[in-house]
Parts: sequence; structure tokens; C-alpha cells
Amino acid sequence: MQISNILSSRSLKRRITRFLMHGLILTFLVYLLFPLIWMISTSFKPTAEIYSGIPSLIPKVFTGEHYLTVFQEKRLLMSIANSLYVGVITSIIVVLISLPAAYALSRYKTAVNKLVMGWILTSQIFPAILIMIPLFLVLRSLHLTDTLSGLVLVYVVWDIPFVLWMLQGYVKEIPIELEEAAAIDGANQTQIIYKIIMPLLLPAIGAAVLFAFISAWNEFFFALVLLKSPDLTTLPVELARYTGIEGQARTGPLAAASFIATIPSIILFAILRKWFSSGALQGAVKG
Amino acid sequence: MSIQTTLTPRSRNRNMDQLQLLLPIMVPVLLISFIPLVRGIYIGFTDYELGGQISFSGLENYRIMLHDRFFWRSMGVGFLWTAVVTALQIGLGMILALLLNQGLRWTSLYSVLMLVPWAMPPIVRGLMWRQIYSPDTGALNLILTQMGLIDAPINWLTSFEWAIPAIIVAGVWGEIPKAALFFLAGLKTIPGSLYEAAELDGASTFSQFRHITLPMMKPIMAAVVSLSFMWNFNAFGLIWILTQGGPGGLTRLPMLAAYEEAFRYGYVGYAAAIGNVMVIIISLFLFFYLRVQLKERTE
Repeated sequence: MQISNILSSRSLKRRITRFLMHGLILTFLVYLLFPLIWMISTSFKPTAEIYSGIPSLIPKVFTGEHYLTVFQEKRLLMSIANSLYVGVITSIIVVLISLPAAYALSRYKTAVNKLVMGWILTSQIFPAILIMIPLFLVLRSLHLTDTLSGLVLVYVVWDIPFVLWMLQGYVKEIPIELEEAAAIDGANQTQIIYKIIMPLLLPAIGAAVLFAFISAWNEFFFALVLLKSPDLTTLPVELARYTGIEGQARTGPLAAASFIATIPSIILFAILRKWFSSGALQGAVKG
Repeated sequence: MSIQTTLTPRSRNRNMDQLQLLLPIMVPVLLISFIPLVRGIYIGFTDYELGGQISFSGLENYRIMLHDRFFWRSMGVGFLWTAVVTALQIGLGMILALLLNQGLRWTSLYSVLMLVPWAMPPIVRGLMWRQIYSPDTGALNLILTQMGLIDAPINWLTSFEWAIPAIIVAGVWGEIPKAALFFLAGLKTIPGSLYEAAELDGASTFSQFRHITLPMMKPIMAAVVSLSFMWNFNAFGLIWILTQGGPGGLTRLPMLAAYEEAFRYGYVGYAAAIGNVMVIIISLFLFFYLRVQLKERTE
């Protein structure tokens, strides 16, 4: 009797703890998700409701007018196209050139390794402002300022440290016997990297491509300084300009455009979820 | 002797092979990152102004800095911001990671949802918080007014009292996911057998946390603190969108100060000098912090 009493009070206690823990997590999630939810809700509210002074999470009247406004703005559409272009080209290039390097770092142990890894770490310390002006001068001598190619080049270099660090961890996990077998069959190093290693690394490469795409899609500072022509601006710069025009009626379209800018991240999330459950995350951290 | 002669050409060969594979990243990194950086550091020792000539001026920039009230104010707010945001993100990130590591139901859903702020474009983060803080349509004012906590809407981002707390709340919000993600990955690597043994010895949850979790998490904690310190001290985009450094330069973090010196006033040399000082501060912090951390670990 007494034992069962103790047991039930213990399981009750456990249930209460679990309940409290769920509550705490939900509190965190309210903080972390509220701004996004508010933005999405604003993007579907009619302008009159936005300014009604009454807070509501679910719009009383749903409207798509702000999205229509966004799609009628030529510059916004253009900037979305530019961002897509820059993101896609950047992520393809950075993975293609980082792959041999990741292979070299994990298969050859030389002094160069320390040098490259040292650079990856130290490059994080320097504020972008130190690089900005000289970078501008370098790009100008290459005739690459105010071009999307110049911006792609900068983003590729910016993404190399993380992509390289991530990929070399995964290359290490691939058994070397596979390569030796291929080498016996007469494959050269380039063939080994792109025909043997690359297919085996596809999940990691997918993650690296996504990372590179999102970071290019999101980047603001370099795009702000390096691009001058209105036709070439990327979405973040265009959004910042859009807020500059402080028209009252802009709140709705701005929320809609911001939501559009977030869509690639949301797609990333759908994929990340799978990535999470497959335990790939641990691999990345171990590397 | 014969071994030596066979080894040397082979190892040179391996080095060459490796360099060849690294070439595709080394050329762009040298051109776009390394050379500009070295030049940027040098510009910090010149009086270069936009469109002018570059001429070496030694430590002149740093002498000016010593008496530059605006520089000191921006460093002050920079330290305040970095310390508070880093501390809060580490603390809250750790709590969240621990909660997500309890094997509760829906944990994988929670883990994905918690990442939302992290994956958003920094500009959109800024725009979202601007909307939350907006005096006429912002959620915060609307809710507080409805609850009767305030009589008139507060313009959070231009108020001397509230601007700093407001940017900190937004800053921490964006950084919690990263910290929690790192901590969660670290918690997963702690062997469960350690906790089972402690449980058998009758250790309380708190003492398990203190004597197992914390020591095991030390390396990852050191990494997250170091990275967060760097990232927070170099913060730019979010604050730029929220306050542009206002009101009256109150939230002008070091990066904003450097940006304004270079692109608003054209004092590129001075801006680069501020950048150099920031590098020195970060390096000093990392040096002392990591030394303490490593010492504790070997003891």
C-alpha cells in the first residue's frame, strides 16, 4: 500500500516535471516564432486592419493584395531573380572547388593542413569592414565591381571555410579501401574525387549546397557596398531600400516581400528535419 | 641513406599533389580574402580618405582615437552588447538544449521550429523586429496597451531608455538557435552510462548536471563562447536596420562606427584603424579566455 503510494506520487511528480518542461519549451518557441508569425499575419491583413490599433494574430479578413503589389513591383521581382541567380551559381561553384580541397585535407597529412585550418579559424576574427575597401579596389582592377559575377566570387570565398570544414569531416569517414580499389582499376585522382567520393557524399553535399545558397541569398553587407546599378541589387538590399521609402501603406507589402525572402529558409527546414532524424548532425560535429 | 633518398621525392610529390588539389580554393582565397585583408590592415596605418592618396601615417589614427569621444562610446556600447547578448544566448541556449535532450515527445518538431530565427535573412530579422517595435502598428505596443500596462505607445527604438534593451532582445533572439544547436549536438555525445552510474550513486539531477554535463560540455562551451563573442562584437546588419546606431549614437556598435567613418565621412584610414583595434580586442579576449579554458582542462 505504502509502496504503491510512493510509486504513484513519484510518477505524478515525473508527469508534472514533464508538463513543466513542455511548457518551458513552448515559452521559448513563442519567443522564437512570434516575430515570424506576426509578420506572416501582417502580410495577409488589409491595410486598414494593420492600422486599426487592435492586435490580432489571425487576420479578420484575409487579403492577397500585398503579394500582388510585390509582384507588380519590377525592381523587387528583378532583385528576387538576381538573388536566385547569385545563390545558385555560388553554391555550385563553392562545392565543386571545395571538394578536391576537402579531399586533400583529409587524405594528406602535411604542414599545409595546419595552414589551411589555421586560416579557416583566423578568417572568422576579422570584421568585414577591414576587407571591404581593399576588396573593392581588387574587384575594380578585375572589372568586377557592380557585376553579379564579382558578388558571386566574393560569396564563394566567404562560404569556403564552412563548406570545406564540413566536407572534410565527411570525407574522413569514407573507407580508403574504396579509393585503392578504384586506383587499381586505373582511375586517376580527379576521377576518384568526382566519381567515387562525390556520389558517396551526396547528403553532405546537399547540405553544403543549401548552406551556401542560403548564406548568399541572405547576405547584405557586401551586396550593399559592391552593387550600384538598380537592376543588379539583390533581395536583401532591395528590402532595406524598400523600408527607406517610409510610406505608411508599405507595411503590408514589406511584410509580404519579407515572407517571400524567407521561403528558401523554410524549404531548408523541411530538408533539415530529415537531416536531423537521420543523425547526420552528429557526423558533422564529430568531423 | 637509401631510405632518405627514396622518401624525399615521394613526400615532395605528396605535397605537390595536395597543393594541386588545394589550388582551386587557394587562388580565390588569396585574391579575395587574404590580400584585401592585409591591405586593409595596412590602410589602418594610413590617412587614406575616399578618393584621395594613400600615405603612411604610422600611429596617428590611434592617437586620434585616444581622444575620440565617439569611438570610446561605441566601444563601451559594443562591450555591453557583446557581454549581455553572449551571456544570455549561452544561458538560454543551454537551457533549451537541456530541455530538448530529455527525450520528451515532439522533440524533433521542437528542434526544427527553434531553428526558425537562425535561418532567416538578417535583413528580414531586422524588419520583423522593427514591425514588432513599431509605435503605431507594432505588436508590442498594441498588446501592452490592450493589457493596460502602458497608456501611450512607446517608440522603443528611438527611446534612450529602451533602445539598448530592445536591440538586445532582438539580438539574443537570433542567436539562441545557434547556441542551442551546438549544445544539443554536444549533449548527444555524452555517454548515457555516466548518468546511469550517477543515478545508482543517488546523485541529484542538479549534481549530475554540475559534475557530468558541465565538465563534458566544456570544450563545446569554449567554442560557442569564442565564436559568439566574435560574431556579436562584429555585429552590423540587425542593428543597422533597427536603429542605424541611434538615438544619438546610443546603439552605435563598433562596426557601425567604422562603417560610418568609411562610407559616410570618407575617413577610410580611420575606419580601418577601428577595424584593427577590434581585431586586437577579439584576439586578446580569445587568447586569455582559451588559455584559462585549456588550463582548467589539463588540471
